[in-house]
Amino acid sequence: MVEKALFAIFMEGVFIKNFLIIQFLGLCSFVGVTKDFKSAAGMSGAVIFVMTMAATVSYLIYTYVLIPTGMEFLDLISFIVVIAALVQLVEFVVRKNIPSLYRSLGIYLPLITTNCAVLGVVLLNVLSEYNLVQSVVFGIAAGVGYTIVMIMMASIRERSTFVHIPSSIRGLPQAFFIATMLSLAFVNYFWVIPI
Amino acid sequence: MDPLSEYIRGITRDNPIFGLVLGLCPTLAVTTSVENAIGMSAGTAFVLVFANIFVSALRKQIPSAVRLPIFIIIIATFVSIVDMLMEAYFPPMYAALGVFIPLIVVNCVIIGRAEAYANKNNVFYSFIDALGISTGFLLVLMLIGGIREILGTGQIVTFGYTLFSLPANPDVTTMILPPGAFLTIGVLMAIVNYQRAKKMAKGG
Repeated sequence: MVEKALFAIFMEGVFIKNFLIIQFLGLCSFVGVTKDFKSAAGMSGAVIFVMTMAATVSYLIYTYVLIPTGMEFLDLISFIVVIAALVQLVEFVVRKNIPSLYRSLGIYLPLITTNCAVLGVVLLNVLSEYNLVQSVVFGIAAGVGYTIVMIMMASIRERSTFVHIPSSIRGLPQAFFIATMLSLAFVNYFWVIPI
Repeated sequence: MDPLSEYIRGITRDNPIFGLVLGLCPTLAVTTSVENAIGMSAGTAFVLVFANIFVSALRKQIPSAVRLPIFIIIIATFVSIVDMLMEAYFPPMYAALGVFIPLIVVNCVIIGRAEAYANKNNVFYSFIDALGISTGFLLVLMLIGGIREILGTGQIVTFGYTLFSLPANPDVTTMILPPGAFLTIGVLMAIVNYQRAKKMAKGG
Protein backbone atom coordinates (compact mmCIF):
# COMPACT_ATOMS: atom_id res chain seq x y z
CA MET A 1 0.00 0.00 0.00
CA VAL A 2 1.25 3.46 -0.91
CA GLU A 3 2.22 5.56 2.08
CA LYS A 4 -0.25 8.41 2.27
CA ALA A 5 0.81 11.87 3.41
CA LEU A 6 -0.65 12.87 6.76
CA PHE A 7 -2.10 16.03 5.23
CA ALA A 8 -3.92 13.98 2.61
CA ILE A 9 -5.36 11.75 5.30
CA PHE A 10 -6.48 14.78 7.26
CA MET A 11 -8.21 16.46 4.29
CA GLU A 12 -9.80 13.16 3.36
CA GLY A 13 -11.22 12.74 6.86
CA VAL A 14 -12.54 16.30 7.07
CA PHE A 15 -13.97 16.88 3.61
CA ILE A 16 -13.87 14.09 1.04
CA LYS A 17 -14.99 11.34 3.38
CA ASN A 18 -16.91 13.63 5.71
CA PHE A 19 -18.47 11.32 8.24
CA LEU A 20 -21.88 12.92 8.54
CA ILE A 21 -22.96 13.89 5.08
CA ILE A 22 -20.87 11.77 2.76
CA GLN A 23 -20.53 8.51 4.66
CA PHE A 24 -23.76 8.80 6.69
CA LEU A 25 -22.18 7.85 10.00
CA GLY A 26 -23.59 9.30 13.21
CA LEU A 27 -26.87 10.58 11.80
CA CYS A 28 -28.84 10.11 15.04
CA SER A 29 -26.95 12.91 16.77
CA PHE A 30 -26.90 14.89 13.51
CA VAL A 31 -30.69 15.27 13.47
CA GLY A 32 -31.10 14.97 17.23
CA VAL A 33 -28.80 17.57 18.80
CA THR A 34 -28.59 20.20 16.05
CA LYS A 35 -31.65 22.10 17.22
CA ASP A 36 -29.50 24.68 18.98
CA PHE A 37 -25.95 25.83 18.51
CA LYS A 38 -24.68 25.28 22.05
CA SER A 39 -25.52 21.59 22.35
CA ALA A 40 -24.19 20.95 18.85
CA ALA A 41 -20.85 22.50 19.81
CA GLY A 42 -20.70 20.60 23.11
CA MET A 43 -21.56 17.33 21.44
CA SER A 44 -18.89 17.91 18.79
CA GLY A 45 -16.26 18.53 21.46
CA ALA A 46 -17.13 15.26 23.18
CA VAL A 47 -17.09 13.39 19.85
CA ILE A 48 -13.66 14.77 18.83
CA PHE A 49 -12.24 13.62 22.16
CA VAL A 50 -13.82 10.16 22.03
CA MET A 51 -12.87 9.64 18.37
CA THR A 52 -9.22 10.57 18.90
CA MET A 53 -8.89 8.45 22.03
CA ALA A 54 -10.77 5.53 20.48
CA ALA A 55 -8.55 5.62 17.38
CA THR A 56 -5.41 5.56 19.56
CA VAL A 57 -6.46 2.95 22.11
CA SER A 58 -8.06 0.57 19.64
CA TYR A 59 -5.00 0.73 17.37
CA LEU A 60 -2.80 -0.27 20.32
CA ILE A 61 -5.16 -3.06 21.34
CA TYR A 62 -5.51 -4.38 17.80
CA THR A 63 -1.77 -4.35 17.05
CA TYR A 64 -0.31 -5.41 20.38
CA VAL A 65 -2.99 -7.66 21.86
CA LEU A 66 -5.29 -9.08 19.18
CA ILE A 67 -2.79 -9.75 16.38
CA PRO A 68 -0.07 -11.44 18.50
CA THR A 69 -2.64 -13.70 20.14
CA GLY A 70 -4.37 -14.45 16.81
CA MET A 71 -7.75 -13.21 17.98
CA GLU A 72 -8.57 -10.67 15.27
CA PHE A 73 -12.10 -12.02 15.12
CA LEU A 74 -12.74 -10.42 18.52
CA ASP A 75 -11.99 -6.95 17.11
CA LEU A 76 -15.60 -5.76 17.03
CA ILE A 77 -16.33 -6.72 20.64
CA SER A 78 -13.10 -5.23 22.01
CA PHE A 79 -13.56 -1.95 20.09
CA ILE A 80 -17.08 -1.57 21.46
CA VAL A 81 -15.84 -2.11 25.00
CA VAL A 82 -13.07 0.49 24.54
CA ILE A 83 -15.54 3.05 23.20
CA ALA A 84 -18.05 2.38 25.98
CA ALA A 85 -15.35 2.92 28.61
CA LEU A 86 -14.23 6.19 26.98
CA VAL A 87 -17.76 7.52 26.79
CA GLN A 88 -18.28 6.73 30.45
CA LEU A 89 -15.15 8.77 31.21
CA VAL A 90 -16.37 11.76 29.18
CA GLU A 91 -19.75 11.52 30.89
CA PHE A 92 -18.16 11.77 34.35
CA VAL A 93 -16.05 14.76 33.36
CA VAL A 94 -18.90 16.67 31.67
CA ARG A 95 -21.38 15.98 34.48
CA LYS A 96 -18.93 17.21 37.13
CA ASN A 97 -17.59 20.27 35.30
CA ILE A 98 -20.30 21.51 32.89
CA PRO A 99 -23.67 20.44 34.37
CA SER A 100 -25.67 22.72 32.03
CA LEU A 101 -24.17 21.06 28.96
CA TYR A 102 -24.80 17.66 30.54
CA ARG A 103 -28.51 18.45 30.84
CA SER A 104 -28.89 19.79 27.31
CA LEU A 105 -27.15 16.78 25.72
CA GLY A 106 -29.39 14.41 27.64
CA ILE A 107 -29.61 10.94 26.21
CA TYR A 108 -27.21 11.71 23.35
CA LEU A 109 -24.13 11.69 25.56
CA PRO A 110 -24.32 8.01 26.58
CA LEU A 111 -25.47 7.31 23.02
CA ILE A 112 -22.02 8.28 21.69
CA THR A 113 -21.25 4.64 22.51
CA THR A 114 -23.62 3.57 19.79
CA ASN A 115 -22.71 6.50 17.56
CA CYS A 116 -21.67 4.78 14.34
CA ALA A 117 -19.19 7.55 13.61
CA VAL A 118 -16.88 6.55 16.45
CA LEU A 119 -16.87 2.85 15.62
CA GLY A 120 -16.64 3.84 11.96
CA VAL A 121 -13.34 5.67 12.54
CA VAL A 122 -11.90 2.65 14.31
CA LEU A 123 -13.05 0.17 11.66
CA LEU A 124 -11.90 2.34 8.76
CA ASN A 125 -8.48 2.64 10.41
CA VAL A 126 -8.16 -1.14 10.54
CA LEU A 127 -9.49 -1.46 6.99
CA SER A 128 -7.01 1.10 5.54
CA GLU A 129 -4.12 -0.44 7.51
CA TYR A 130 -3.06 2.90 8.96
CA ASN A 131 -0.16 3.02 11.44
CA LEU A 132 -0.44 4.70 14.83
CA VAL A 133 0.20 8.30 13.71
CA GLN A 134 -2.05 7.93 10.66
CA SER A 135 -4.82 6.44 12.81
CA VAL A 136 -4.67 9.32 15.26
CA VAL A 137 -4.64 11.91 12.47
CA PHE A 138 -7.64 10.24 10.82
CA GLY A 139 -9.43 10.19 14.18
CA ILE A 140 -8.86 13.92 14.69
CA ALA A 141 -9.83 14.68 11.09
CA ALA A 142 -13.07 12.75 11.38
CA GLY A 143 -13.88 14.66 14.56
CA VAL A 144 -13.12 18.02 12.93
CA GLY A 145 -15.25 17.16 9.91
CA TYR A 146 -18.08 16.13 12.23
CA THR A 147 -17.77 19.44 14.11
CA ILE A 148 -17.82 21.59 10.97
CA VAL A 149 -21.00 19.98 9.67
CA MET A 150 -22.72 19.91 13.08
CA ILE A 151 -22.08 23.62 13.56
CA MET A 152 -23.22 24.56 10.05
CA MET A 153 -26.34 22.45 10.45
CA ALA A 154 -27.17 23.87 13.90
CA SER A 155 -26.72 27.44 12.71
CA ILE A 156 -28.96 26.92 9.69
CA ARG A 157 -31.62 25.18 11.74
CA GLU A 158 -31.60 27.90 14.40
CA ARG A 159 -32.16 30.56 11.77
CA SER A 160 -34.86 28.64 9.95
CA THR A 161 -36.99 27.95 13.04
CA PHE A 162 -39.51 30.67 12.20
CA VAL A 163 -39.69 30.11 8.45
CA HIS A 164 -43.23 29.59 7.19
CA ILE A 165 -43.42 26.09 5.76
CA PRO A 166 -46.14 23.42 5.68
CA SER A 167 -46.45 21.67 9.02
CA SER A 168 -45.71 18.23 7.57
CA ILE A 169 -42.27 19.40 6.44
CA ARG A 170 -41.40 20.98 9.76
CA GLY A 171 -38.95 19.00 11.88
CA LEU A 172 -37.19 15.98 10.42
CA PRO A 173 -38.00 16.44 6.70
CA GLN A 174 -36.78 20.03 6.95
CA ALA A 175 -33.54 18.81 8.56
CA PHE A 176 -33.06 16.33 5.73
CA PHE A 177 -33.61 19.01 3.08
CA ILE A 178 -30.96 21.20 4.73
CA ALA A 179 -28.68 18.17 4.82
CA THR A 180 -29.27 17.67 1.08
CA MET A 181 -27.95 21.16 0.38
CA LEU A 182 -24.91 20.69 2.62
CA SER A 183 -24.23 17.32 1.07
CA LEU A 184 -24.45 18.75 -2.47
CA ALA A 185 -21.74 21.23 -1.51
CA PHE A 186 -19.50 18.57 0.01
CA VAL A 187 -19.88 16.11 -2.86
CA ASN A 188 -17.93 18.52 -5.04
CA TYR A 189 -14.79 17.84 -3.03
CA PHE A 190 -14.64 14.49 -4.83
CA TRP A 191 -13.54 16.37 -7.93
CA VAL A 192 -11.59 19.17 -6.30
CA ILE A 193 -9.16 16.92 -4.45
CA PRO A 194 -8.68 13.69 -6.38
CA ILE A 195 -7.22 10.88 -4.28
CA MET B 1 -52.18 -9.56 21.74
CA ASP B 2 -52.28 -11.77 18.66
CA PRO B 3 -49.14 -12.62 16.68
CA LEU B 4 -50.37 -11.28 13.34
CA SER B 5 -51.14 -7.79 14.62
CA GLU B 6 -47.80 -7.72 16.42
CA TYR B 7 -46.14 -8.57 13.11
CA ILE B 8 -48.05 -5.88 11.19
CA ARG B 9 -47.24 -3.31 13.87
CA GLY B 10 -43.53 -3.57 12.97
CA ILE B 11 -44.35 -2.55 9.39
CA THR B 12 -46.80 0.25 10.08
CA ARG B 13 -46.93 2.05 13.43
CA ASP B 14 -43.52 0.94 14.75
CA ASN B 15 -41.82 1.04 11.37
CA PRO B 16 -38.12 1.45 12.26
CA ILE B 17 -37.50 4.35 9.86
CA PHE B 18 -40.75 6.33 9.69
CA GLY B 19 -42.27 5.36 13.04
CA LEU B 20 -39.37 5.03 15.46
CA VAL B 21 -36.79 7.00 13.38
CA LEU B 22 -34.01 4.59 14.34
CA GLY B 23 -31.21 3.19 12.23
CA LEU B 24 -30.87 6.06 9.79
CA CYS B 25 -27.19 5.54 8.97
CA PRO B 26 -27.46 2.21 7.10
CA THR B 27 -30.78 3.33 5.59
CA LEU B 28 -29.12 6.22 3.81
CA ALA B 29 -25.67 4.78 3.22
CA VAL B 30 -26.36 1.47 1.49
CA THR B 31 -29.50 2.32 -0.49
CA THR B 32 -27.72 3.12 -3.72
CA SER B 33 -29.45 0.08 -5.23
CA VAL B 34 -32.18 -2.42 -4.42
CA GLU B 35 -29.61 -5.21 -4.28
CA ASN B 36 -27.58 -3.54 -1.54
CA ALA B 37 -30.78 -2.72 0.33
CA ILE B 38 -31.79 -6.40 0.35
CA GLY B 39 -28.33 -7.52 1.50
CA MET B 40 -28.24 -4.99 4.30
CA SER B 41 -31.77 -5.84 5.46
CA ALA B 42 -30.94 -9.55 5.47
CA GLY B 43 -27.89 -9.00 7.68
CA THR B 44 -29.80 -6.73 10.02
CA ALA B 45 -32.75 -9.15 10.19
CA PHE B 46 -30.48 -12.05 11.15
CA VAL B 47 -28.91 -10.07 13.98
CA LEU B 48 -32.23 -8.62 15.13
CA VAL B 49 -34.01 -11.99 15.28
CA PHE B 50 -31.25 -13.74 17.22
CA ALA B 51 -30.56 -10.78 19.51
CA ASN B 52 -34.26 -10.52 20.38
CA ILE B 53 -34.52 -14.26 21.06
CA PHE B 54 -31.46 -14.36 23.28
CA VAL B 55 -32.23 -11.17 25.19
CA SER B 56 -35.77 -12.37 25.79
CA ALA B 57 -34.67 -15.85 26.89
CA LEU B 58 -32.11 -14.41 29.31
CA ARG B 59 -34.20 -11.46 30.51
CA LYS B 60 -34.74 -12.92 34.00
CA GLN B 61 -31.03 -13.66 34.45
CA ILE B 62 -29.67 -10.30 33.26
CA PRO B 63 -29.28 -7.84 36.15
CA SER B 64 -30.87 -4.57 35.05
CA ALA B 65 -27.89 -2.41 36.11
CA VAL B 66 -25.58 -3.97 33.52
CA ARG B 67 -28.16 -4.89 30.88
CA LEU B 68 -26.93 -2.51 28.18
CA PRO B 69 -23.33 -3.84 28.06
CA ILE B 70 -24.75 -7.37 28.01
CA PHE B 71 -27.11 -6.50 25.12
CA ILE B 72 -24.20 -5.02 23.21
CA ILE B 73 -22.08 -8.14 23.73
CA ILE B 74 -24.96 -10.37 22.54
CA ILE B 75 -25.50 -8.16 19.47
CA ALA B 76 -21.76 -7.94 18.70
CA THR B 77 -21.53 -11.74 18.75
CA PHE B 78 -24.19 -12.13 16.08
CA VAL B 79 -22.79 -9.27 14.02
CA SER B 80 -19.41 -11.01 14.00
CA ILE B 81 -21.15 -14.16 12.74
CA VAL B 82 -22.94 -12.26 9.94
CA ASP B 83 -19.69 -10.51 9.06
CA MET B 84 -17.81 -13.80 8.65
CA LEU B 85 -20.68 -15.55 6.82
CA MET B 86 -21.06 -12.71 4.30
CA GLU B 87 -17.32 -12.49 3.73
CA ALA B 88 -17.19 -16.24 3.07
CA TYR B 89 -20.32 -16.79 0.97
CA PHE B 90 -21.22 -13.44 -0.63
CA PRO B 91 -17.92 -11.62 -1.28
CA PRO B 92 -19.31 -9.09 -3.85
CA MET B 93 -22.10 -8.08 -1.49
CA TYR B 94 -19.62 -7.87 1.37
CA ALA B 95 -17.38 -5.57 -0.67
CA ALA B 96 -20.31 -3.33 -1.63
CA LEU B 97 -21.62 -2.95 1.92
CA GLY B 98 -18.12 -2.58 3.35
CA VAL B 99 -17.85 -1.11 6.79
CA PHE B 100 -21.63 -1.09 7.26
CA ILE B 101 -21.82 -4.81 8.04
CA PRO B 102 -19.71 -4.55 11.25
CA LEU B 103 -21.56 -1.31 11.94
CA ILE B 104 -24.84 -3.24 12.38
CA VAL B 105 -23.62 -3.57 15.96
CA VAL B 106 -24.36 0.12 16.59
CA ASN B 107 -27.65 0.14 14.68
CA CYS B 108 -30.03 1.75 17.17
CA VAL B 109 -32.95 -0.38 15.92
CA ILE B 110 -31.47 -3.55 17.36
CA ILE B 111 -30.53 -2.27 20.79
CA GLY B 112 -33.78 -0.27 20.83
CA ARG B 113 -35.88 -3.40 20.32
CA ALA B 114 -33.83 -5.36 22.87
CA GLU B 115 -34.43 -2.66 25.46
CA ALA B 116 -38.02 -1.74 24.60
CA TYR B 117 -39.50 -5.10 23.66
CA ALA B 118 -37.43 -8.26 24.15
CA ASN B 119 -36.51 -7.28 27.69
CA LYS B 120 -40.19 -7.29 28.66
CA ASN B 121 -41.83 -9.99 26.53
CA ASN B 122 -41.54 -13.73 26.06
CA VAL B 123 -39.42 -15.45 23.43
CA PHE B 124 -42.23 -16.10 20.95
CA TYR B 125 -43.49 -12.51 20.84
CA SER B 126 -39.93 -11.16 20.71
CA PHE B 127 -39.35 -13.36 17.68
CA ILE B 128 -42.52 -12.06 15.99
CA ASP B 129 -41.56 -8.48 16.84
CA ALA B 130 -38.11 -8.98 15.30
CA LEU B 131 -39.69 -10.39 12.12
CA GLY B 132 -42.11 -7.45 11.86
CA ILE B 133 -39.44 -4.82 12.41
CA SER B 134 -37.13 -6.55 9.92
CA THR B 135 -39.87 -6.62 7.30
CA GLY B 136 -40.58 -2.94 7.86
CA PHE B 137 -36.88 -2.18 7.55
CA LEU B 138 -36.59 -4.23 4.35
CA LEU B 139 -39.59 -2.54 2.71
CA VAL B 140 -38.34 0.98 3.47
CA LEU B 141 -34.80 0.20 2.33
CA MET B 142 -36.10 -1.33 -0.91
CA LEU B 143 -38.36 1.67 -1.51
CA ILE B 144 -35.53 4.18 -1.03
CA GLY B 145 -33.10 1.98 -2.97
CA GLY B 146 -35.61 1.58 -5.79
CA ILE B 147 -36.29 5.31 -6.12
CA ARG B 148 -32.59 6.15 -6.12
CA GLU B 149 -31.66 3.38 -8.54
CA ILE B 150 -34.41 4.23 -11.04
CA LEU B 151 -33.65 7.95 -11.06
CA GLY B 152 -29.88 7.43 -11.00
CA THR B 153 -29.45 4.66 -13.56
CA GLY B 154 -32.87 4.29 -15.25
CA GLN B 155 -33.32 0.64 -14.28
CA ILE B 156 -33.40 -1.80 -11.40
CA VAL B 157 -30.92 -4.64 -11.69
CA THR B 158 -31.02 -7.18 -8.87
CA PHE B 159 -28.65 -10.16 -8.73
CA GLY B 160 -28.14 -10.02 -12.50
CA TYR B 161 -31.83 -9.75 -13.45
CA THR B 162 -33.27 -6.53 -14.86
CA LEU B 163 -36.54 -6.11 -12.98
CA PHE B 164 -37.61 -2.80 -14.37
CA SER B 165 -36.29 -0.28 -16.80
CA LEU B 166 -37.37 3.15 -17.94
CA PRO B 167 -37.69 3.89 -21.68
CA ALA B 168 -35.26 6.79 -21.30
CA ASN B 169 -32.53 7.01 -18.70
CA PRO B 170 -33.15 10.12 -16.56
CA ASP B 171 -29.50 9.88 -15.49
CA VAL B 172 -29.76 11.99 -12.36
CA THR B 173 -26.39 10.90 -11.01
CA THR B 174 -26.93 12.99 -7.89
CA MET B 175 -29.55 10.50 -6.75
CA ILE B 176 -27.01 7.72 -6.25
CA LEU B 177 -24.58 10.14 -4.62
CA PRO B 178 -25.04 11.10 -0.95
CA PRO B 179 -27.35 14.13 -1.52
CA GLY B 180 -29.91 11.89 -3.25
CA ALA B 181 -30.28 9.84 -0.09
CA PHE B 182 -31.08 12.87 2.05
CA LEU B 183 -33.49 14.22 -0.55
CA THR B 184 -35.35 10.90 -0.95
CA ILE B 185 -35.81 10.29 2.77
CA GLY B 186 -36.80 13.94 3.32
CA VAL B 187 -39.55 13.73 0.68
CA LEU B 188 -40.78 10.33 1.91
CA MET B 189 -40.87 11.51 5.50
CA ALA B 190 -42.83 14.63 4.52
CA ILE B 191 -45.37 12.43 2.71
CA VAL B 192 -45.70 10.12 5.72
CA ASN B 193 -46.19 13.13 8.04
CA TYR B 194 -48.80 14.57 5.69
CA GLN B 195 -50.76 11.31 5.55
CA ARG B 196 -50.55 10.96 9.31
CA ALA B 197 -51.83 14.50 9.88
CA LYS B 198 -54.72 13.88 7.48
CA LYS B 199 -55.64 10.68 9.31
CA MET B 200 -55.49 12.45 12.67
CA ALA B 201 -57.74 15.26 11.40
CA LYS B 202 -60.26 12.74 10.10
CA GLY B 203 -60.24 10.66 13.25
CA GLY B 204 -60.61 13.76 15.41
